[in-house]
Amino acid sequence: MSQITLDGLTKQFGDVEAVRGIDLTVESGEFLVFVGPSGCGKSTTLRTIAGLEDATEGRILIGDEDVTGLDPAERSVAMVFQNYALYPHMTAAENMTFGVRSSFESDAAMQERVQEAAETLDIPELLDRKPSELSGGERQRVAIGRALVREPAVFLLDEPLSNLDAKLRVQMRAELLELHRELETTTVYVTHDQTEAMTLGDRVAVLDDGRLQQVATPQELYDYPDNRFVAEFLGNPAMNVLSVDVVEGETTYAAEHAEFRVPLPDHHDADLSRVAGSVAQFGVRPEDISVRATESGRQTSDGTAADESATAPQTVGEATASQTVGEATASQTVGEATASVTVTEPLGESLLLHCDVGEDSLRVKTQPRTAVSPGDTVVLGFDRDRLHLFDPDDGTTAYHSSPKGEAAPTRTVAEMQD
Amino acid sequence: MATETDRRSGASTAVSFPDVSGGQLLVHGGLVLSIFLMGLPLLLALVMSTQTTTEVYQVTNLQIGSDGLSNYETALSTYNLGQYMVNSFVMAAVIVVGKVALSLLAALALVYYEFPYERAVFVFVLLTLLLPVPVRIVPLFQLMADLGWANTLLAITGPYIASATAVFLFRQHFRTIPSSLVENARLDGVGPLTFLVRVLIPMSRGMIAGVAVITFVYAWNQYLWPLIVISDQSKQVVQVGIRFLQGASQSGLTQWGLIMAGAVIALLPPLAVLIALHRPLLETFSLQQK
Repeated sequence: MSQITLDGLTKQFGDVEAVRGIDLTVESGEFLVFVGPSGCGKSTTLRTIAGLEDATEGRILIGDEDVTGLDPAERSVAMVFQNYALYPHMTAAENMTFGVRSSFESDAAMQERVQEAAETLDIPELLDRKPSELSGGERQRVAIGRALVREPAVFLLDEPLSNLDAKLRVQMRAELLELHRELETTTVYVTHDQTEAMTLGDRVAVLDDGRLQQVATPQELYDYPDNRFVAEFLGNPAMNVLSVDVVEGETTYAAEHAEFRVPLPDHHDADLSRVAGSVAQFGVRPEDISVRATESGRQTSDGTAADESATAPQTVGEATASQTVGEATASQTVGEATASVTVTEPLGESLLLHCDVGEDSLRVKTQPRTAVSPGDTVVLGFDRDRLHLFDPDDGTTAYHSSPKGEAAPTRTVAEMQD
Repeated sequence: MATETDRRSGASTAVSFPDVSGGQLLVHGGLVLSIFLMGLPLLLALVMSTQTTTEVYQVTNLQIGSDGLSNYETALSTYNLGQYMVNSFVMAAVIVVGKVALSLLAALALVYYEFPYERAVFVFVLLTLLLPVPVRIVPLFQLMADLGWANTLLAITGPYIASATAVFLFRQHFRTIPSSLVENARLDGVGPLTFLVRVLIPMSRGMIAGVAVITFVYAWNQYLWPLIVISDQSKQVVQVGIRFLQGASQSGLTQWGLIMAGAVIALLPPLAVLIALHRPLLETFSLQQK
């Protein structure tokens, strides 16, 4: 139908290589999101698919047709721009129909299509207004409506929500998803916002420096990043990455840091012998570190009462019924790192701790209302199944502590029933 | 607290006029004086256009003269000023339309097309500003003679139609239009001329009006080139027509009343255009300042 295939797509601007050989297939009906830092080539890739830029090398196929050399108008694509790209002197309806008149049999058929699109987007009463009389969200709806009227094989959206305020963005995000479910048109969406990428994409393609880093479902990207860049780019706060030595014990391997030692579970998917005996980058997400015990820095002056109250909610091993979430993670906790808290950031739904562990620092996402304050000493543990090792040279992933597609998602529930 | 009081007193100064302080009075006085000085030649022309030749030569006589409107009648009827006005109007209109159309197309090419040495072409267009018509009069006259255009409408309009200023203004304006609008049109397969007519021109109305006003006034005031290239008096323009009035003397004295009347008549059309389109004109100039 209308799958998009990129085959070695390369785009150069003079000496600058913006896109360096992307191979990717967007399945028919799929919602694919390109995400990456600014200047990573995501917009250029999209514009090359649209035909607004010519590919320097490589091919683009939409459906079975090679469109690499075709004019944008011959590709059956519709694009929504960040700045909406509405013509200020035309009404919303005129904006939606400008340029498509010839593709409809009659004016009536076209007006019907406009009405239909307006109703889908809930804006029929705005059709006679000019862009200057519309709010940002309404303008974006008109811009999307313009794309709908064209009934293209492919929708291309270039940061369409970036100019909206936060609340409207969340709302439009949900509406876009709904719209896509309804139309099932192949959609390519570009954003720099990882939340948008994760929530919208059937699959997410992470780009950096003109290269495709990884394409996978949002959860897989998050749990099994292919390299350090993907690991650190997705997730907020970002993954902690420390230098460790990988040492081989009698039966198992372990990651050894100056301040702690974490055993690395072996499994069929892992090949730890490759990195054993050398330095590696040890990655763990803030939410996969738990506080095993706290020791108030003010203990001497406050007495033992403060110590007890501070330790109580996070004590590990003596699980109580009210601690189900903490328990699930805690029971898998390995390693023991003593750290001193430097900053606490209450985020409402969680508490973010910045801790110093020897020379390095760690961000730890823990439960809210944990009684920890700057200056305290905490003992941290790591979730056994959520550890990663990256190659120190090229950043590629050397090891995930749980095999792909197993354990992690189902384990928690199983353990909770024990 | 202090700022609040200040603001209140500031507001009252702005609203009630009698509060004007000494300094402001000085500024206002200066402004009124300078406006008066600038308007003085026009005022004198208006007064002198009603006076008889004798009255004009009485330097201290600044009253409305005894001739009334008879100078105007003479200028229009006896000296055929009406015909010159029509000629001028046709010339100015052709120049305005031609210049705007050509400059829009040139700016379209410069902004929306990629061609080799684009920058150099634009610089070259700007360089023509260094060679206005008066500098080129001799070769231009030769060219007109060779083309057989001498003494025709083509000769007084053609040289003015290419304009670096207008190309520059339109180019700057087009560059402020977001590129996504063009890209949108490209995605729909809208051709460049359709885009120009349906999108660029409606979005540039103010700029076009501004350029049209400047051009109209400029074209209307042309004197030297029409004087040289037009030999047939019935095809002459109004500025040269005023010069013809000077030839009419009364017992050796130049009829200044008649000339002033002609000058005032010649002034009216550009004045009307200026008043009608002063808003877009201001817009054009504010853009130039950016």
